[in-house]
Amino acid sequence: MRRWLVAASITMVSVLGLAACGGGGGEQTAQSPSADSGGKQQVEVFSWWTGPGEADGLAAMRKIFEEKNPTYTFFDAAVAGGSGDKAKALLQSKLQAGTPPDTFQGHAGAELQGYIKAGNLEDLTALYDELKLKEVFPEQLVEQISVEGKIYSVPVNIHRSNVLWFNPGVLKEAGVAGAPKTIDEFVAALEKVKAKGKIPLSIGAEWTATHVLENVLLGSMGADAYNALFKPGADWNSPQVTTALQNFAKIMEYAGDPQDDWQPAAKQVADGEAAFNIMGDWAYGYFHNPPEGGLGKKSKTDFDWAPVPGTEGTYMWLSDSFTLPKGAKNREGAEAWLKVAASKEGQDAFNPLKGSIPARKDADESLYTDYLADALKDWSSNKLAGSIQHGVAVNQPWLAAINEQVGLFLGTKDVKALQQGLADAATANAQ
Amino acid sequence: MRRARTWLPGLLLVTPSIILIAVFVYGMLGWNFRLAMTDKHDEVSEGEFVGLQNFIDIWDQPRWHLSVQHAIVFTVVFVLGALVLGWLLAFLMEKGIRGEGTFRAIYLFPMAISFVATGIVWRWLMNSGTDERAVGLNRLFDTLGLPQWQWFRDPDWGMAAMALPAVWQMSGYVMALFLAGFRGVPEELREAARVDGCNEWGVYRHVVLPLLRPVTLSALIILGHISLKVFDLIVAVSGKQIITDVPAVFMWVAVFDSHDPAKGATIASYIVLSVAIFVIPYLIWSVRKERRQ
Repeated sequence: MRRWLVAASITMVSVLGLAACGGGGGEQTAQSPSADSGGKQQVEVFSWWTGPGEADGLAAMRKIFEEKNPTYTFFDAAVAGGSGDKAKALLQSKLQAGTPPDTFQGHAGAELQGYIKAGNLEDLTALYDELKLKEVFPEQLVEQISVEGKIYSVPVNIHRSNVLWFNPGVLKEAGVAGAPKTIDEFVAALEKVKAKGKIPLSIGAEWTATHVLENVLLGSMGADAYNALFKPGADWNSPQVTTALQNFAKIMEYAGDPQDDWQPAAKQVADGEAAFNIMGDWAYGYFHNPPEGGLGKKSKTDFDWAPVPGTEGTYMWLSDSFTLPKGAKNREGAEAWLKVAASKEGQDAFNPLKGSIPARKDADESLYTDYLADALKDWSSNKLAGSIQHGVAVNQPWLAAINEQVGLFLGTKDVKALQQGLADAATANAQ
Repeated sequence: MRRARTWLPGLLLVTPSIILIAVFVYGMLGWNFRLAMTDKHDEVSEGEFVGLQNFIDIWDQPRWHLSVQHAIVFTVVFVLGALVLGWLLAFLMEKGIRGEGTFRAIYLFPMAISFVATGIVWRWLMNSGTDERAVGLNRLFDTLGLPQWQWFRDPDWGMAAMALPAVWQMSGYVMALFLAGFRGVPEELREAARVDGCNEWGVYRHVVLPLLRPVTLSALIILGHISLKVFDLIVAVSGKQIITDVPAVFMWVAVFDSHDPAKGATIASYIVLSVAIFVIPYLIWSVRKERRQ
C-alpha cells in the first residue's frame, strides 16, 4: 500500500510540476509587458535600435513618451543586429506564438506585406484620420505605404541608402580630387587608393554587400530603370542589369576584409584605414555623435559624404515605422506610443540623434544641420527609388533570395550565375 | 489486483515522460515530416500533399550543396580533432601525473560554457584582419612571426577553422570518456602483456586500444550528432552568412526570412535523417550487446 502511495504521489508531483512549468512560462510573458512593481502599465516596444546613435534617438523619444504618459512605462524589447536581421526572426516566432509585442519596428513598404497578408497587423487608417497624418506626411510616402487603401504603419523617419562616405585625408593622399560622380570615376579612385596600400572600400557582413549591390544597380541603371525592376514581369536578364552586375563585381574586387557589422566597417573610414564606405545615412549619427554613442568625428574633415557614384539626383529611401499588431496586450499603450512616434515633437527628438530626417513635412528645419540639412533638401527635390536591403522595394522572401545570391556570388564571383539567380528570385517573388 | 501492484507503480512513474516524449519528440517529428511533404511555401496557404517533391527539389539549389559540403568539412575536422586531442589528453593523464584532478577540471571546464559564449569569444580570436589590423590569434601569430590566416572567412578552409572552437570545447569531454575507458582496463591484462615481452607502445596498441573500442564508438556518436545539427556556434561566430552556411542555418533562413515553412521542414528532416544514420546503428549494436550479456 505504501509503495502505491509513493508512486501515485510522485506521479502527481511530476504532473503538477509540468503544469506549473507551462503555466509559469505563460504567466511570465503575460506579466512582464503589462505591469511592473509601481503598478504602471508597460508598453513593449520592439525594435532593432541598439547601436550607437540609433539607441540614443530611441531614448529621446522614450523620454517624451514617458513624460506625456505617466501611467505607462516603456519596455525596451530591442534586439541587436544591423538592418534588423536577427530581430525579425525573433519577431516572427513571437507573432506565430500569438504573443506579439505591443508595437514593433518594421521598414515601411514591401517588407510589411508578409505581416499584412498573414493578418498580423491592424489597420491604422483611423489613427491617421484622427491625427490628420495624411496632411503632414508627403503624399508620395502615404501612397507607397498604403495597401489597398489602408495604412498599417506610422513612419518615424526617412533614411537615405545611397550615400558614399569617404575619408577626405585618405583621398587626398591617394590623389583623388573629390567624390567620384560616375561608376567609372569610382573604379579609378578605388584603384588609386589601392595603390597607396589603404582599403579602397570597407565592407561589413554579407548584407552590406547587398546594400552595395542596390546602390550599384541604381548608379548603373538610373532611377526609372531601377524602379521598373520591381514591377511584375520585369526583365532582370537585360543587358543593363548585366552591365550593372559587372560593375558590382568590379567594385567588390576592391572591398577590404569583411567586418562583423556595418559599424566596424564605417569606423575603418573614420580611422583613415579605408577610403570609401557605401552605407545608409544612419552612419552619419555614428560618425558624428560624441564618443559615448558615436565616434565624435568632425564632418567634412574626418569624414565626408556624397551620393553614391551615378545616383546624384535620386533619393534611395527607406523608412522605419511602427505598427500595431493584432492581439497586442496593451493596445492603448501602443496607440499612445504611435501618437508620440507620429508627432512633430517625437520625430524632432528622435531624428537628429538617429541621423535621419523626419517623415513629417512640418519638422523644425533648424534642428537638421550638416549632413541632415543636405538630406532634407534632397528629399524634397530628388527622384525617389526604394531600397532593396531595407524593405521598400522587395518583400522578405524576395530579399532572402537576393541575399542568398549575393552570398553565393561572394564565394564564386560568377556574374552570370548571380544574374540568373536574381532573375529567378524576381520571377518567384514579384507580384 | 495483486498483479497490478507489481507493474502499475512503475508505469505511473514513467507515464509523464512517455507522454511528454510522445508529444514533444515523436509528435513534433511526425508533424515536421508531414509539413515537409506539403507545398506550404508561405505561412497563409493550406499546403497540399506533394510527397517527396521538396526533398528532390532542394538538390537543385546551389546553396544546399554548399551547406552540405560545409557540414561535412565541419564534421570531419571536429570529430577527428576532438577524438585525437581527447585521446592524447587522456593518454597523458593516464600516466598518473601530479595534480591530475586539477588538469582534469581545467580540460573539462570548456564543456560548461554554451556554444554561443564560445562562439562570441572565438569570433574575436579568429578575426580575419592581418598585419596592422590583426587582433586575436592573428595578432599573436604576427608577434610570433607565424603566418596569419583568414580563419572562418577562408573560402576553402573556413569551415575547418569554424570547427576549432568546437574542438576546444568538446575535447575535454572526450578526454573524460577515454580516461574512464583507460581506467577500466584491468591492470592484470597489461601486466600479462608485459610479461609476454610487450613494450609499452605494444601494450596500448594490442591491449588497451581494442578494449577502448566501445568508448570510441560512443564518443563518435555523441560528437557526430552534435556536429551535424550545429547551429548556435555558427550563428554566434558569423551570423547567417553564406560563407559559413550549414543546413541548420539554412533551415532558419528558410523559415524566418524566406517564410517558406515547407522548405524549412524539408531541411529539418534531412538533418534528422543524417543524425539517424549515426545513431540507429549504435542503438542496434548496443541492444544486441545487452542481449548477449
